[in-house]
Amino acid sequence: MTDTLDFRELQTLAAEILGIEPERVQLPLSFARDLAADSLDIVELMMAVEDRYQVALPEEDLQTMTSVGDLWQFLLAHHGERPPASGAESA
Amino acid sequence: MGTVDGSPVVVTGLGFVTPIGHDTETVWANLIEGRSGVGPITLFDASELPTRIAAEVRDFHPERFMDRKSARHLGRYCQFGLAAARMALDDAGVDPHQLDPDAVGVVLSSGAGGIEEIERNQTTLLARGPRRISPFAVPMMIADMAAGVIAMHVGAGGPNFAVVSACASSAHGIGEAAEVIRRGDAEVMVAGGAEACITPLMLGAFSQIQAVSTRNDAPERACRPFDAGRDGFVMGEGAVVLVLEDGLRARRRGARILAEVAGYAASADMYHYTAPDPEGRGATRAMRRAVARAGLAPEQVDYINAHGTSTRLGDIAETTAIKAVFGDHARRLAVSSTKSMVGHLLGAAGAFEAAVCVLAVDRGVLPPTINLEQPDPDCDLDYVPNQARVTPIAAALSNSFGFGGHNACLVVRRPAGNGTAPPLGDTRTTA
Repeated sequence: MTDTLDFRELQTLAAEILGIEPERVQLPLSFARDLAADSLDIVELMMAVEDRYQVALPEEDLQTMTSVGDLWQFLLAHHGERPPASGAESA
Repeated sequence: MGTVDGSPVVVTGLGFVTPIGHDTETVWANLIEGRSGVGPITLFDASELPTRIAAEVRDFHPERFMDRKSARHLGRYCQFGLAAARMALDDAGVDPHQLDPDAVGVVLSSGAGGIEEIERNQTTLLARGPRRISPFAVPMMIADMAAGVIAMHVGAGGPNFAVVSACASSAHGIGEAAEVIRRGDAEVMVAGGAEACITPLMLGAFSQIQAVSTRNDAPERACRPFDAGRDGFVMGEGAVVLVLEDGLRARRRGARILAEVAGYAASADMYHYTAPDPEGRGATRAMRRAVARAGLAPEQVDYINAHGTSTRLGDIAETTAIKAVFGDHARRLAVSSTKSMVGHLLGAAGAFEAAVCVLAVDRGVLPPTINLEQPDPDCDLDYVPNQARVTPIAAALSNSFGFGGHNACLVVRRPAGNGTAPPLGDTRTTA
């Protein structure tokens, strides 16, 4: 299923939440250090990612997922594992 | 209300986000032309409510005042508050970033805070569970956040808080902010109120106690303080901010001084959750002390901007209180309710009305009470019906009364020492 994921879509989603231009969202960058995301932004982003990609992001994984690349690798491996939550908004 | 150096607390800037305009000249022109900002509710589907009208803020563009990310993460009331604060500081010519962090403080009050965000997150909680509550729910809902946000955005590091006293919140807030300057804890205070609670829950709740007008077929005529045909207040929203400043500092920097904050007093009705004391005794005590604190005799007050919400009990109690304080002079002074045009800005109402008093003193024009066609027989003062009036104003009193029986009164007067001030009693305020 990995070929169905479009990185530009993640860029757009993250950019909307972080209030930046989509092209600034690049794999090597740290959410906190490079994209000025605070802890509230990261919770909001992860909620949106869970809804959009039908994944569950366990707390322990969030601690290690500090860069855009970490999140992207997680999504490539796990997206679609969880059925959509009722009432989830489509991105 | 002189400061420790003996100078008055003065007003040097105003900022508005209101149903009748987002800049001083537009707001003032609409006030003196008697234009109503009330219309059908567009913020949500109000078709199931008995009241389907309100005074909404329209054509507000938050990105003019904050970055995109901030706009996403601020509740509507905070957006209004930040915008009004920026405009007021620009108007005053004060940039807190250039000053000592302790020099500028903020008291930005709200009655309800981010009620819209509370409702939205409660809906999400019920529909999708606790893991979908926004991480921004708490900062968006708490009623002190506008004060905090303004400090972050403009660089004001002095005393920072909100005062909550329902519809008197920002009148108390301005009074307390003036006290901060008076005791020397800041040189400049950004003071005002912000409210955005035209929501299904709030309007529904006010409807349940029959406090709001149901004149849905004629929104512009719905808010009619002191008129026999009134049927309740009209909810409004917005933010109004005043820049208060130590008078000596303002004069030294050559600032334009609009008015002095000469007196402030507060009291409690000790009577009922929502109804005013029918005799207006709490209001009487607050008015009396505010006027005395300004160093004025009652006869020296020319104008009262009434709380005047367009509810029968409130209008009559306030009229009774004004008569008790001013005696025969109550028949000679002018009283008007600008809520007739802008609706009830609730936690921002006191700031709006204080700003109106500042402009009335500065410009010598009284805004009218519109829709006053058939006065209530128990409301028999000069309410400046329907037409603005040109007349010099030396001192004006602003009344604000809130659910819970909170009363706050502010006296503003023409600045002394500019060659135009009349000989008022308080020599302490001569700079």
